Amino acid sequence: MALASWGVLRLAKVNKYYRVGTHSLHVLRDIELEVADGEFVAIMGASGSGKSTLLNILGILDDYDSGEYWLGDTLIRDLTERKSANYRNRFIGFVFQSFNLLPFKTALENVALPLYYQGLTRRKRNQIAAQYLDRVGLRDWAEHTPAEMSGGQKQRVAIARALIGKPRLILADEPTGALDSETSKQIMDLLSEIHQSGITVLVVTHDPEVAARTQRIIRLKDGKVMSPHEVLPGASHPGMAAVT
Amino acid sequence: MLIALLEAIGLGAVFALVLVILVAIVFLIVALVNMGWVALLQWRDIFSLDRWTEVMVTIGRSKLRTTLTLISVAWGIFVLVFLLGLGRGLNNGARHQFARDATNSLMFFANKTSIPHQGYDVGRRITLDNRDYDAARKVPGVEHIAGQFFIRGGAMGGGEMMTKRGGKANSFQINAVHPDAIYVVTSHKIAQGRFLTDADVTQRRKAVVIGQVIANYLFPEHISPIGEWIEVANVPFQVVGVFSDSEGIENERQLYIPVSTAQLAFNGQDHLGMLEMTVGNASTAESKAIIDKITAQLAERHQFAPDDVQAVRVRNTVEQFERFSAMFFMISVFVVVIGLGTLAAGVVGVSNIMMIAVKERTKEIGVRKALGATPNSIVFMIIQESVFLTGLAGLLGLSGGVFLLDAVGKAKLTDFILDPSIDLRIGIAATLFLMMAGALAGYFPARAAARVNPIHALRDQ
Repeated sequence: MALASWGVLRLAKVNKYYRVGTHSLHVLRDIELEVADGEFVAIMGASGSGKSTLLNILGILDDYDSGEYWLGDTLIRDLTERKSANYRNRFIGFVFQSFNLLPFKTALENVALPLYYQGLTRRKRNQIAAQYLDRVGLRDWAEHTPAEMSGGQKQRVAIARALIGKPRLILADEPTGALDSETSKQIMDLLSEIHQSGITVLVVTHDPEVAARTQRIIRLKDGKVMSPHEVLPGASHPGMAAVT
Repeated sequence: MLIALLEAIGLGAVFALVLVILVAIVFLIVALVNMGWVALLQWRDIFSLDRWTEVMVTIGRSKLRTTLTLISVAWGIFVLVFLLGLGRGLNNGARHQFARDATNSLMFFANKTSIPHQGYDVGRRITLDNRDYDAARKVPGVEHIAGQFFIRGGAMGGGEMMTKRGGKANSFQINAVHPDAIYVVTSHKIAQGRFLTDADVTQRRKAVVIGQVIANYLFPEHISPIGEWIEVANVPFQVVGVFSDSEGIENERQLYIPVSTAQLAFNGQDHLGMLEMTVGNASTAESKAIIDKITAQLAERHQFAPDDVQAVRVRNTVEQFERFSAMFFMISVFVVVIGLGTLAAGVVGVSNIMMIAVKERTKEIGVRKALGATPNSIVFMIIQESVFLTGLAGLLGLSGGVFLLDAVGKAKLTDFILDPSIDLRIGIAATLFLMMAGALAGYFPARAAARVNPIHALRDQ
């Protein structure tokens, strides 16, 4: 896969503190990270490694204290709520472990929801949503509610929802965490397919098998990105080649 | 008394309470302004059919919660409206009880002595006369005064007398009075001609003023009663006026003749059965002073003990009305307090439900936020939901209350409740108040929820 010449996503010396009482918890330490346009990357790390904080910052859901976060040629810092909501809507598609579909909406309506926040008409939204449902192979399930669907189907709906805004970046937080291994494989196939269509995909996971499907693994430990030679022996991985 | 009360509670505590209330008010105002600002930013959502569809879907999703909210608000408004209307009805009823007579009148009825005085035994009948009328008239504070001669002796009023014209005859209540009686019986309105005058009394004219019911009974429609002659107790009288009565046709079955004419025609010498007067806008204390003065005059002239309350009985509508007013005021206050309490309970109920509702939806809010909803749009969506719900419930309660009041008014269960109704503005204000409370109740948790980090909210299973 040919990488674009400019980084779609770049973090430079990003620090994040959480204030707990009088103490300050240093959660992310000088994070340096670059993900090229169209890359398929896994972020791994034990719980407490700063994974979810990093995900929050990447997803423009949280601010950081110092450093720079560039998404394309846009500096993501001190944005107004309106702006960050707009960037989330247009740049980023989220896929969650527990799917997070709205239970009272049909699959079609769930997929169409990001377009609601873009101000499209209902008819237009549903028309586009039907196309994306078709793309994840669930055209016949449009009028079903999430309760009537299997876990794999729900995650497909969630992926269709993440794609509908034509994002540059898909952020998948443990996308297979709630699925059996067969379904996990299918979902990872789907994510690979998306990646092949040219969209950058970033998967946060602690599952090595999931990470193995990606091109590159970024490991976090104690709020720091581990350099490749720090990686423990036995964690070797074909995708590592892209880093070294 | 207030100061003693304050000291009992402790000035510090009172001060603290006032401070807390002030802080709460400032806090609420700030919240309202913030909410208004959000509404201003999100004004498009108010007119967005799409948004309302979204709101309806969300509301319709949890039917139990929606029903509970509706009931709690509707009940609050319903009880408030009903109680306020009932309070108004009670007030109307009380006023109606007094409506026949002026609320500033005094009446003195001749009766029997109950205390031995100057060698007289008890049980001596007192009879008032024209000189009592002349003397009472000079008492300061007396505005209009009339004596009434009771044609059949001691009985209250003049009793019923046969009234005839041509072949038509019936019994009607007769009152032999001075002209100022019209000021005491305030519900009478002269419809044709005039009431009795001083000239009627001094010249002992055979003039009569008849009620509308009597006029309609005795006279065919094409004949004006004024100037016509009728017979009352076999004495011919000329009709000089016809009156109607605002309190119903029962009061129109009466006729008025000059007191002097009656005294002459029915062998009454100069006797009077009653003195009645109005006292302007005298207070209860002033009215009592007037009573004391007149009673003292009567006691001296008729030789009964000044403290003998039985010899001449007094009816003081000033005092009665004040007492009734105070009582009904207390009832009204009571009713309003209960109503406001119910309203407050409604507000608390709505707040609770909204808070739980928002809490339950933390996940949904997180999803919406991740998909590109601004916090303002989320907050305003919840405000829209709660305002719509409370508004709908308020209207339900309002119409329910008004409907029930109407039914109670038509049923006429008791004379004490008359025409219960509410000022619709109060009902609408109460509804708006609840809508505002609902909006605020939704605003705080919504704001908190909109700030929540979606990843945390969504990871939390």
